[in-house]
Amino acid sequence: MDALFLNQLFNGASLASLYLLAALGLALSFGLMRVINMAHGEMLMLGGYLAWMTLLVVPGALGIILAIPVAFVGAAAMGGLIQSTLIRRLSARPLDTLLATWGVSLILQQGARDLFGAVGVEVRAPEWLTGSFVVFGVTLPSARLFIILIAALVLGGLALLLLKTRIGLLVRAVNQDRMMASASGIDVKRVDFTIFCLGSGVAGLAGVMLALLGPVTPNVGQSYIIPAFLVVVMGGLGSIVGTTASAIILGLFAALAQIFVDVSVAQMLLLVFVILFIQVRPQGVIAVKTRQLDA
Amino acid sequence: MIRSRLLLLATSACALALTACSGGGGNASAPAGDTVSVGVLQSLTGTMAISEITVKNAEMLAIEEINAAGGVMGKQINALVEDGASDPSTFAQKASKLIESDGVSTVFGGWTSASRKAMLPVFERTKNLLWYPVQFEGNECSPNIMYSGAQPNQQALPALEWAVAQGHKSFFLVGSDYVYPRTANLILKKHIEKGGMQVLGEAYVPLGGTDFSGVIAKIAQAKPAMIINTLNGDSNVAFFKQLQAAGINTKTMPVMSFSIGEQEAQAMGAGLVEGSYAAWNYFQSLPSDANSKFIAAYKAKFGKDAAITDPMVHGYLDVYAWKAAVEKAKSFDPQAVRKAAASLGGFDTPMGKVSFAANQSLVQKAYIGKLKADGQFEIIADSGKDIAPEPYDALAFPGKTCKL
Amino acid sequence: MPDLSRLDPLKPFLPWLLLALGLVAPFALSAYDLNLLARFMAMGILALGLVLIWGHGGILSLGQGVFFGLGGYAIALHMKLADLPSGEIPDFMVWSGRDSLPFWWTPFSSPAFTIAAILIVPTLVGALFSWAVFHRRVGGTYFALITQALALAFSTLIISRQDVTGGFNGLTDFYSVFGFGLASPGTGSGLYWVTLAVLCVAFVALRWLLASRFGILLRAARDGENRVRFLGYSPTPFKVVAFAIAAMLAGVGGALFTLHAGVVSPALIGVVPSIEMVVWVAIGGRYSLAGAIVGALLVNLARDAVSSAFPELWLYLMGALFIFVVTLLPRGLAGLVKRKAA
Repeated sequence: MDALFLNQLFNGASLASLYLLAALGLALSFGLMRVINMAHGEMLMLGGYLAWMTLLVVPGALGIILAIPVAFVGAAAMGGLIQSTLIRRLSARPLDTLLATWGVSLILQQGARDLFGAVGVEVRAPEWLTGSFVVFGVTLPSARLFIILIAALVLGGLALLLLKTRIGLLVRAVNQDRMMASASGIDVKRVDFTIFCLGSGVAGLAGVMLALLGPVTPNVGQSYIIPAFLVVVMGGLGSIVGTTASAIILGLFAALAQIFVDVSVAQMLLLVFVILFIQVRPQGVIAVKTRQLDA
Repeated sequence: MIRSRLLLLATSACALALTACSGGGGNASAPAGDTVSVGVLQSLTGTMAISEITVKNAEMLAIEEINAAGGVMGKQINALVEDGASDPSTFAQKASKLIESDGVSTVFGGWTSASRKAMLPVFERTKNLLWYPVQFEGNECSPNIMYSGAQPNQQALPALEWAVAQGHKSFFLVGSDYVYPRTANLILKKHIEKGGMQVLGEAYVPLGGTDFSGVIAKIAQAKPAMIINTLNGDSNVAFFKQLQAAGINTKTMPVMSFSIGEQEAQAMGAGLVEGSYAAWNYFQSLPSDANSKFIAAYKAKFGKDAAITDPMVHGYLDVYAWKAAVEKAKSFDPQAVRKAAASLGGFDTPMGKVSFAANQSLVQKAYIGKLKADGQFEIIADSGKDIAPEPYDALAFPGKTCKL
Repeated sequence: MPDLSRLDPLKPFLPWLLLALGLVAPFALSAYDLNLLARFMAMGILALGLVLIWGHGGILSLGQGVFFGLGGYAIALHMKLADLPSGEIPDFMVWSGRDSLPFWWTPFSSPAFTIAAILIVPTLVGALFSWAVFHRRVGGTYFALITQALALAFSTLIISRQDVTGGFNGLTDFYSVFGFGLASPGTGSGLYWVTLAVLCVAFVALRWLLASRFGILLRAARDGENRVRFLGYSPTPFKVVAFAIAAMLAGVGGALFTLHAGVVSPALIGVVPSIEMVVWVAIGGRYSLAGAIVGALLVNLARDAVSSAFPELWLYLMGALFIFVVTLLPRGLAGLVKRKAA
């Protein structure tokens, strides 16, 4: 097969991993609370800057490994702050949440600009992440392999959490029927908060991954957040499997489209694809069955 | 109660409207009193702010120096700074405010071609004069603009000639998706094809884009002898990083960049781009007394870590050129000033002696620099002679000439 | 929820006050200030459309810039062609390597076609796009996210097709419109009166529409889409028509804005400008037509005043204002006035 095609297939997988990491948090909290955090992109940015700062303190190979938990915790804390101070107050008004969190996003971006400067900072990846492998004539950059690996680990961890732990049980219960869950004594607000923190933390991780590929800038989150929104739209309500499938479909679509057209047109095609897709399956790739009419 | 509230709302709206819109008329050719107003119009906010603020600083430095030395024809310069907000329509609006409400004699500013294009009708309508400091794609020639940044034949083409002289015969063109890269590449393609060489591919990424996986896969397949890079700003970091990750060695496949200056290099972590090439009309490393003096003055005012770039020097020399032209014309009238500027002859600047040609663009040398680990460029070649500016490339746009 | 009998909390006073200010302005303001006011009024026309779909229809569009752009580009194509010496093509096509006019440019040399295009193209695109989404019962947050993607895709597409759209630079350098020279002062004030008239007509028409049966059903669909279905109505046509009207208003606003600003460019129609359009209405008051106009004027005046003097402050201010208004003052300034009055 054509080397360019194989190359783009691989690039599509790495793009899909980034979309997935960026979209997981959005999809989880959207499933639970029906709200979208427009400042989610800034969690990516925060993760990126935290990785950069971690590497300033601990340079070298250990730094990037250490950056992952730091970024996760930092972004989760910021997410928690936004959820408890703002989103919780707006819980019955999803569209207003969209707008208010956009305000947060503006402030966070300008804050980063004032703190770190408008020019991006560069996270220097350790040696073992800057090389590449050549397989069947296709160059596989190790940074991108690493991203795919992390995405798979996060996905596995999340699946375990949701399926095997008590908190996962609670999350699934709230996801299926919020009122009933609340009536049976589940602290719904706490579940919301936990999942929101978790989702923001995963976005922080995505920020570390982005930092391996490019500079960390105040608006680094913006370039991935809109595809992540599309992943959520296409994925179906509250379904991890659906989100994963839709991230893979869109990632591959975007990368393979670039064989024939340039990046700008590929972006347009991506949207057209999603609109066509919802003609066929408006409920998304996979929808959690519910008896609620106004889902 | 209701009425008084409404009245309050209405009056505050009016008051806001009036404060926002206030400003008297003025007569550009005969400034009153002991000062003369000029406009400085750069983006202080938005995506372009990072670059344009440095040009604003350089322009303000020149204005302060001139004021300290006694001003222009005995008048102190009063600089009115406005924010173009990285948005062309705001540039047009602010230009018309500066000229029509504030009565400035001339305006220094602009960076993107989009901002210049949007301001051009304002300057033509009001018969004022804009001093534009950045390299651009040519194809424009207005009597109301002084173009000090490089025309394509003063930066892109000398760089191509140099690359060809080094033995490179095939090229891949990568750029941000806007006017300068597309038009510069169009001109380059014509010249590459005419020289019997090959363009192996051409790719554009949206401004600010950071995903180069597809572009790099195409480059890897095409295997060009040289990559010509017109990417803007932060996209460069992502591009070089992903190039390196994909196992493409910039020593064997060198990159020639037209938009990486000292500021970008400093921010990028020079290790990443070390050894790659850039073409400009000025490098901070240019050895001359005038340059050292300028660098020292700038650093004293704006911090010792400040990087000095080509557009900054053009912004700085624009102010001095305006002063010289006013003094030659003995008038602040923009029409008289532009005629005087085009016939000034050579004047000294941090980048050496330059002059304005009859088509109101700057006659200047081109340099090729190789990036060092400290973020500075080692000048490895120059055009030798001063290059006369050609707004319309004869090969790409036959029959087009500058009619002033 | 808004009180149906009093759709507009400021009904009796504010519109008349605004009209009076609008009528006096040409005699009180300089040409530059009048031009600025006219631009903001053009934006106000777009804001009216947002009141219709967002305030009364519950449809949040983060992509109104697209329709603003369609209207703006339509008039810009006409003005580019009008000033062109015969046999030549616009300068940007030359430097993008084109040697002939694309076929779809040609009809824009006719003023009648251009006016029709300004009215019809955004309306049609708005209708098709919203139908494609709404008829599959996708709405709410999903719709907002899709409109944002639309704004991104549309602006990137315009930038990337530089040879036929002018790309990142946009289109500028206009000299005349429908035979009137743009440089003459008479044209400037004439265009101001046109803008004011369009704004008034749009205001009156929307007020009528919102009070009509259509308006009632639109609000009903906003408050309980399924209930409306059970009553035997399909909400989709109402939502699509409302969206198409808002798109048309955005297009007309865009065309008028382009006339006043003398430039149309992707910078005016992308993701950020589109969401800023929602800010105007959020601050003015999403249920109030007059409030939306005030919002568009105030936010833009404030930006003009603040961003030059304190460039960094502007973004903080806008972010904070957005959070504050949406959280604590969902009816915007108009709601504030009403609450005090009550």
